[in-house]
Amino acid sequence: MEGLIAYLISFAIFSAIWAIFALGLNVHWGYTGIFNFGVAGFFAVGAYTSAILTTEPAAGGTYQHYIAGYSLPFVVGLAAAALASGALAILIGIPTLRLREDYLAIATIGVAETLRRVAMNEDWLVNGTRGMIGIPAPLFDLVDPKDYNRLYLVIALVVLAIVYVAIERGIRSPWGRVLRAIREDETTAAASGKSVTAFRMQSFVFGAMIMGIGGAMYAHYIRAVSPDTFEPLFGTFIIWAMLIVGGSGNNKGAIVGAFVVWGIWTGTGEMAQRMPGFFEVRVHYFRLLFVGLLIVGALLLRPQGILPEERRVSLFVGRKEKAEAREAKPPGQSTVDPRDEDG
Amino acid sequence: MAELVARAGKARTLLTTLVMLRRERPDLFDAATGIGLWVLFGAFLIFAVITDLQLVVVGIILGSIVALGAIGLTLVYGIMKFANFAHGDMMMCGAYLAFFAFISGGSIGPLSFGYGMILAILVAMISVGVGSVVIDRLVYHPLRQRGSGVVVFAIASLGLAITFRALILLWWGPQPQIYVTGIHPAWDLPFGVKIKPDQIFIIATTLFLIAAVYVLLFRTRIGKAMRAMSDNLELARVSGINPDQVIMWTWLIGGSLAAVAGVLLGIQSQLTPDMGFSLLLPLFAATILGGIGSPHGALTGAMVVSIAQQVSTSWIDPGYKVAVAFILLILMLAVRPRGLFGMKT
Repeated sequence: MEGLIAYLISFAIFSAIWAIFALGLNVHWGYTGIFNFGVAGFFAVGAYTSAILTTEPAAGGTYQHYIAGYSLPFVVGLAAAALASGALAILIGIPTLRLREDYLAIATIGVAETLRRVAMNEDWLVNGTRGMIGIPAPLFDLVDPKDYNRLYLVIALVVLAIVYVAIERGIRSPWGRVLRAIREDETTAAASGKSVTAFRMQSFVFGAMIMGIGGAMYAHYIRAVSPDTFEPLFGTFIIWAMLIVGGSGNNKGAIVGAFVVWGIWTGTGEMAQRMPGFFEVRVHYFRLLFVGLLIVGALLLRPQGILPEERRVSLFVGRKEKAEAREAKPPGQSTVDPRDEDG
Repeated sequence: MAELVARAGKARTLLTTLVMLRRERPDLFDAATGIGLWVLFGAFLIFAVITDLQLVVVGIILGSIVALGAIGLTLVYGIMKFANFAHGDMMMCGAYLAFFAFISGGSIGPLSFGYGMILAILVAMISVGVGSVVIDRLVYHPLRQRGSGVVVFAIASLGLAITFRALILLWWGPQPQIYVTGIHPAWDLPFGVKIKPDQIFIIATTLFLIAAVYVLLFRTRIGKAMRAMSDNLELARVSGINPDQVIMWTWLIGGSLAAVAGVLLGIQSQLTPDMGFSLLLPLFAATILGGIGSPHGALTGAMVVSIAQQVSTSWIDPGYKVAVAFILLILMLAVRPRGLFGMKT
């Protein structure tokens, strides 16, 4: 029982961290149609930024080299991760956001891969392929070390909730509706006097900052990061699978997708351990096959995902309707304002 | 024009002049970048030949392999309008299918392999070519019917790329494979260049296949239809071209070229399940540098990218080769997104 609870807590922490990434990707792809195939790059920048700021100075010698090492608090690391990731988004966005959407995908894959190479080759920066260890866990002294994961779960859920609320507020505002308009038809949005490139840049930076926060949350949970973490499969494609399965364009869908896909991923691992040797040694490849087929299958069979996008995302129309429904004398009378049908 | 020159004189730097030119006279800017890039590539090639001829030769060998992949990629990109992220993994599948079909033993002249390799290449070409057509019917055709956007196709191709790699990993595992083991001595050519007979085979096969693709594109009806569809889909449709047939031929050609490219890459180094994915960035860099939809562009781009990648190793860590391809790609997108031979949009 004890073991099962520990397992479930660890599962929930991971799912919550993946959900933060899926939400960030949802801002990019789900709401704005920005085709980011380099989630791993923002993941890496967030994780390493928070790591080098919060960890103690490097011991030096043969095995440990990295810059900074300021032992700063966790919250500072989290904020810096978001800022660094957002700054990277500006740098990538300037040459690519005004071009065809698929060029951005290729460029972001390139950035992610280049950053991974930098992390691997530059030993002085983030300790090269050996990676960084000893990343501090926030509020570690507050509870018994064996109960610490429960506390981290709370922290992860709080961060997830803040990110969720921030995106929901943004998306249900006029700003969010411009993003959706750009996704549906750039020309019409531009003709309505909206600067398409500026809005795309804002969305790109916003989503990237969320991914940076996700990266920092990952680093402080595992307490070690190395370039292996940012291989395209884990850093990028599994997050795409989560968003597509959950429902792109729906924040609840992104979270559900993260829990479902991560559940299947870890579940198949557990199952394989009880299977004959053939499956046990190949379990990773079966899971890989599964992620690939899940992406293709979801696009073909249920492109809208588990939770489809809501047609109307205004923060105010819903409230107005409820208020009107309360006031309306005969219950059941339609109160939908035809002007707001597509709000 | 005179006013333009006067204002250019006032501009302080070359960069501001270029930015101004781009805004005021896009046609002149376009011509300037076109000529400028050719001069730049030419100067780079002369410089590279003088500094290290051996690296240029290795660049040409790898460039041949990238070119075969990039020609297929650019045809698919031009005709179906989407970025096929599975192209690298199609190459990898070709390499492994040839490995499966390869009967070792014997050798043709100084080459390390015998006629079994020719047979294996044919098997790989046919299976990847036909396989691509089947996958098009199963995955891309339903998406086309539904009128999905190009990005959905690209995501689907990514899912397929992961699927292909998983299947190869399940069968052969992650450890590297090699077609023919043993040491194969290199020939010494003038100017200190060393080249293996197998590498001459790689270049010769590429030249032969590129010639075949040109004959097919420029001398046959289906080739004409393919070029028409790449130029203008609507116009091609009203001219009575059957898009389904063109798409089938595009996959057959693109798939079989990718398969050969994979086998040649396996001959040049070894077979690993991530060999295709690691070539994806150079493939896209070559395609975009040359201009999407243009086979000459893909060939030129592949040579520029591969030679630049090899020559860069004189100064920087070879681990950054992929970054060199990426930086070329970004610079091209910033200066001239349509590439060297691409169409104006």
